[in-house]
Amino acid sequence: MTLIDLANYDVVYRRPEALTNVQTHYCPGCTHGLIHRLIGEVIDELGIRENTICVAPVGCAVFAYNYFNVDGCEAPHGRAPAMATGIKRVMPDRVVFTYQGDGDLAAIGTNEIIHAAGRGEDLTVIFVNNANYGMTGGQMAPTTLVGQVTTSSPYGRDVELVGMPMRVAELISTIPGASYVVRRSVHNVANINKTKAAIKTAFQVQMAGLGLSMVEVLSSCPTNWHMTPDSALQWIEDAMIPVYPLGDYRVADAVEPLTKRRQPAHQQNGVTGG
Amino acid sequence: MAKELWKGNEAIAEAALRAGVEAYFGYPITPQTELLEYMAREIPKYPGRVFLQAESELAAVNMVYGAACAGVRVLSSSSSPGISLMTEGLSYIAGTEVPAVLVDIMRGGPGLGNIMPSQGDYFQMTKSLGHGDFHPIVLAPSTVQEAVDLTYGAFELAETYRTVVVILADGAIGQMMEPVVMPPARPVMTEEERADWALRGAKDRERRILTSLHMNAEGLERMNLGLQSKLARIQRNELRWQETMTDDAEVLMVAFGTAGRICSSVVQSARRAGLKVGLLRPISLWPFPEQRLLELAERVQQILVVEMNAGQMVLDVKAAVAGRAPVHFYGRLGGVVPLPDEISQQIDKLVSQPAGAGYKTGASNGFGHATVVPAGDARAEGRI
Amino acid sequence: MQLEIVISGFGGQGALFAGQLLAYAGMDNDKHVTWIPSYGPEMRGGTANCTVVVSDDPIGSPLVRQPAAVIALNLPSVDKYEGLVKPGGLLIYNSSLVERPVYRSDLRVIAVPANDISQEETSAVTGDAGDPRLANVVMLGALVQATDVLPLEAIEAALAAHLPQRHMRWLEPNRIALRRGAALATPETA
Repeated sequence: MTLIDLANYDVVYRRPEALTNVQTHYCPGCTHGLIHRLIGEVIDELGIRENTICVAPVGCAVFAYNYFNVDGCEAPHGRAPAMATGIKRVMPDRVVFTYQGDGDLAAIGTNEIIHAAGRGEDLTVIFVNNANYGMTGGQMAPTTLVGQVTTSSPYGRDVELVGMPMRVAELISTIPGASYVVRRSVHNVANINKTKAAIKTAFQVQMAGLGLSMVEVLSSCPTNWHMTPDSALQWIEDAMIPVYPLGDYRVADAVEPLTKRRQPAHQQNGVTGG
Repeated sequence: MAKELWKGNEAIAEAALRAGVEAYFGYPITPQTELLEYMAREIPKYPGRVFLQAESELAAVNMVYGAACAGVRVLSSSSSPGISLMTEGLSYIAGTEVPAVLVDIMRGGPGLGNIMPSQGDYFQMTKSLGHGDFHPIVLAPSTVQEAVDLTYGAFELAETYRTVVVILADGAIGQMMEPVVMPPARPVMTEEERADWALRGAKDRERRILTSLHMNAEGLERMNLGLQSKLARIQRNELRWQETMTDDAEVLMVAFGTAGRICSSVVQSARRAGLKVGLLRPISLWPFPEQRLLELAERVQQILVVEMNAGQMVLDVKAAVAGRAPVHFYGRLGGVVPLPDEISQQIDKLVSQPAGAGYKTGASNGFGHATVVPAGDARAEGRI
Repeated sequence: MQLEIVISGFGGQGALFAGQLLAYAGMDNDKHVTWIPSYGPEMRGGTANCTVVVSDDPIGSPLVRQPAAVIALNLPSVDKYEGLVKPGGLLIYNSSLVERPVYRSDLRVIAVPANDISQEETSAVTGDAGDPRLANVVMLGALVQATDVLPLEAIEAALAAHLPQRHMRWLEPNRIALRRGAALATPETA
């Protein structure tokens, strides 16, 4: 094998400095790694790596602190917004983000996210919705779709029994302290770019001290959905988006200028799954 | 320094401020609420320090966890039901080995119980403050001054061992006023003084990770062995207790906190009556002064443990004295504070019978009726 | 010397503050003191009481079964504490509000028309009908005079030091109330 002289090439792709040089534990085809990469790129672009603290959840992303090249810690299940509040309040000039799944944030951690939003904490929340509990092997989550078969809803989600899926972005958007609440998806390139732009805005909202920012990201879980990676991405589009429409649920007036200033997606670095 | 009259809850809060506490997170619950209210009023006068009322004790303890990970001096306070809710986070704090100080102003339980003084959290604090193998350092003041002094020193203790330190008091100490000499105010930590594990942002250094997660069994065992060796060091170095007239005591009382100070009144009246009664008042409940108890057990005739619960510390006393002396128990429940006269009656009963002569109970379940019951199940046996 | 005093009344009658005055005065005169309130879920209108212990020696129990002295600001307090006062102890009751006689014969009993005295003294300040706000201090004056726990001047000093700033115009009326209460009691005979 010969060494390549990089000077002769244009660099079109590199690992963001904000990601560590390790292999993730995520399943093949899972989009967690991709979302990690988007966050890593945003942290690099904003130049905040040395100033950022990551709060990992309990769930598939429990090891997130291993993948971000920033100071990190690991919160009890659902408590990341409270733990992040403790960190941010004692270091208001640092950037603090939580990375939470739908079991963590939408079930056991509803109290913590609602009140962090209520207080208008200057935190950024990346909320990954894959419609089930991934780490424990695919149980029903509050976000599980009607009729969706999981190991704890083996006959499909029964509305009579457990009610309708929870729409978290819509819920949080009603809280005045949450100034930027959007839902995005990573099932194709166009949406991946939109997701990255939203994550960037979310961090900028925090840096501007405008209150809580949350990006809900629809994410695939081929293993527990028992699908191929491709069909899982297709399922996001066909099954999830009709229940969880993409869009901006709250963009506070003060946040508007940040979304306008954003670069168009096509001018940004290329993105690929992590 | 001049003495000032302080209410226990407020004195503890002021002592924490003077110790350089940088952040307080809490939730209102009687009978500790004045502590939270004092912080709400006073902390805004110190720029850069943080007061935040959380939405629950669950959130409060996790805010503490976050601030502790940032390497700041952080405090929370609650009362028994709130502590139950905090145990998840406290286990994480113990597993992550970050320092934090917690005040428990105990009230009657179980369940919602009541708001009166109790010592029903002894087991929870010393034995099971969450899942997994750990013990916080548990310090039990018996006066407002002692509550101030223990709180003032608790932060350094927490930092030295990277552990949770609990100030375990009850509603009586929280609510009462006593003269106090406040310690001098210390400045808060500077950035240079921050611990070398604190999460402050990975500027000009490798990133840091604080977690209690160790997926590999051998790795978690190694972590636990390290934790246990730290706890063993604490057991060697951090024992605290106070003795009153134990030199020639024939009856040794063992009691902590409010029960301990009440028993000191009993010692005085017993001595006036010519009875050789002494008192060992554990101040550190974990670690527990078991070696000293064993020494005293060798030379006293009887031991009477007095608690405001159904008999919790008495199990540690029994374990410590290992049968060297008969251990009796007297307890009041439900927030009833035992008064000196009823404890004196128990002493009288004990000394009127020869040691170990099959001391019997007056009632089978007579906690609330001023009846001595020997500890544990061996109720018909004085010697346990 | 150790004296245990219970001060009891309706919420708002100043039982807790009177106890604090006693504790402050004791502390400032190099005594050991404890002050412990009853505390309950009622924020308004219930009964309030506190136990104050003043002693030459460190205080063990801050609570006693049989207090040496009781200040009863209302009838429920007399009902509650008459039976609890130590034999030979002192019961001071607010005769403006309590019309029934004290049944026990083994107590020193002092009847103090505290509301009436307060009404007179406050009326002198406000020019209207007056109010019972000084009743607690009137009663405290009787207690201090009737026991050798502390000199009356110690309570006056505590008043000056600890009366909330917004009430400072009431300092002199408080002093007068204290003296008028004291005038109704006679010192304890040894």
